[in-house]
Amino acid sequence: MAFTRTDAVATTGRPAAKVSPAPGRRRSGRWTALAFLAPLVVYLLVFYAYPLYRNVELSVHDYTPRAFVQGDPEFTGLANYRAVLSDDAFLAALRNTALFTLVSIAFQYALGLALAVFFQRGFRLSAVLRAMFLVPWLLPLIVSASTWSWMLNSDNGIVNAFLRAFGIGQINWLTSPGTALLSVTVANIWLGVPFNLVILYAGLQNIPASLYEAAGLDGANAWQRFWRITFPLLRPVSAITLLLGLIYTLKVVDIIWIMTRGGPADASTTLAIWSYREAFGTGQPDFSPAAAVGNLLILIAFAAGLLHVRMQRKEGIS
Amino acid sequence: MSRWRTAVGVVLTGVMLFPVYWMVNVSLTRTGDMRADPPHWFPWNPTFEGYAAALGQQLPALATSLFIGLGTVAITLLVALPAGYALAKLLPRGTGVVDFLLLVAQMIPAVVMAMGFYAIYIRLGMLNTVTGLIVADSTLAVPFAVLLFRAFMAGIPGEIMAAAQIDGAGTWRTFRSVVLPLSRNSVITVSLFAFLWAWSDFIFASTLNRSSDTIPVTLGIFRYIGNNTTQWNSIMATAVIASVPAAFLLVLAQRYIAAGVTAGAVKD
Repeated sequence: MAFTRTDAVATTGRPAAKVSPAPGRRRSGRWTALAFLAPLVVYLLVFYAYPLYRNVELSVHDYTPRAFVQGDPEFTGLANYRAVLSDDAFLAALRNTALFTLVSIAFQYALGLALAVFFQRGFRLSAVLRAMFLVPWLLPLIVSASTWSWMLNSDNGIVNAFLRAFGIGQINWLTSPGTALLSVTVANIWLGVPFNLVILYAGLQNIPASLYEAAGLDGANAWQRFWRITFPLLRPVSAITLLLGLIYTLKVVDIIWIMTRGGPADASTTLAIWSYREAFGTGQPDFSPAAAVGNLLILIAFAAGLLHVRMQRKEGIS
Repeated sequence: MSRWRTAVGVVLTGVMLFPVYWMVNVSLTRTGDMRADPPHWFPWNPTFEGYAAALGQQLPALATSLFIGLGTVAITLLVALPAGYALAKLLPRGTGVVDFLLLVAQMIPAVVMAMGFYAIYIRLGMLNTVTGLIVADSTLAVPFAVLLFRAFMAGIPGEIMAAAQIDGAGTWRTFRSVVLPLSRNSVITVSLFAFLWAWSDFIFASTLNRSSDTIPVTLGIFRYIGNNTTQWNSIMATAVIASVPAAFLLVLAQRYIAAGVTAGAVKD
């Protein structure tokens, strides 16, 4: 576990008094436990495992809309995956996904950390202001995405009006291939900063104040205190923050779809958008390639998760 | 020094919340002023025509969203509360596998889940139903809820439960009369998040419910944008109304929210 102290769910750490049940009750205890667990197990099987299985099944068949209803698709093996991987659009989508994801989490993390350090020392109104920073994260995505769309509107958007005041000509933020991906990335960074701020702020609370006092006595300035104490001690929290950011950002559909629909000319099409468009974005649903792309996304997220676990382990050993 | 920090903090918050301000500003702008150049920075001459239009058209969608949110909370609690208890207190050793499964569950993109649900619902005739949407939305909250309940219930001292057992309470009775009342705060946190996620969901609504007459408000806004690109004051007014639950939670339940976000990081 990366870190265990949280504001409200702090485990009090008091060792549970061992209640040794009578010998006959032990087995019935196991059954009771399973009975309590049963709803979750059934739920996971029906609403996670089965849709996932259906998804794999979709990806190895050729599901035309008609076969979808009648249930008699042709088995095609890995043909869908081969078609996706050899599609020219795949490399572009992969590149967009990498840019969107990495730039997003890098800026979210850097801004979140800077703000967390800023808020670390309490000042007047700091609690209120920190709470206000949560707003972007709490708003429904459709709300933030449509607000950003209007702000970035070419003719009437506030952003272009602002730039015009400095003599910068009209920029077609969402409708030109050069800036569409940048625009959705900026909006996504804005959405992700609060999450990073809250987690990193909670992580900062765990660093003992005595360390800073000692460093202060040794004459360390703020810059040195950050790089010698804060940053190294925050590493586990940083790792989990970045992993969660990666997992969440890989799957982002709504914000891009609402702002650009992946356009213009695929300029902001990520793998998740590609999958969504094939399946639901056109009049002609094409589920099989969409499912193949979706499964590739899961593999990428899974690989990142494994990498994280390995790095945690290595750190634990050394 | 401290005053200086407050000033910087206020400026930073202002910059961060500018899009929210702009949403409110545009929602109050007259249609005729919408394309003014430069745009009006402040609604000196506010109009509520946007809100009138939004309420007139989106009221059923808001009611649908409310219902979906409450249904999602119910399913989430029903599944996650007993599971959290079992994992925290009854089977503390079997948690590794469940943890791993729940982490993997978080990695599945919503698009993939949507396709799976679509394929299932089309057979069961559950496409375009509110029930179907509630079930799909609950998958957004259940893994988070189980992990949060487990973390919280693990902190309930064993002595309290042992005392209940000495008094003759069975496992179920202990759960109902001791564990549940003590878990009130975590129940509130989970309910808030489950509601907020269901209320905000766009992907499931736009895939599983797209040809339905009873649509949630997120889809209502999306269709609104598609249909009339000139009425931005109405669109933004709907957006403001759709943000009310978030604002409500922030003011009344802020500590539960901060707790929930942080607990989200203890997932692995």
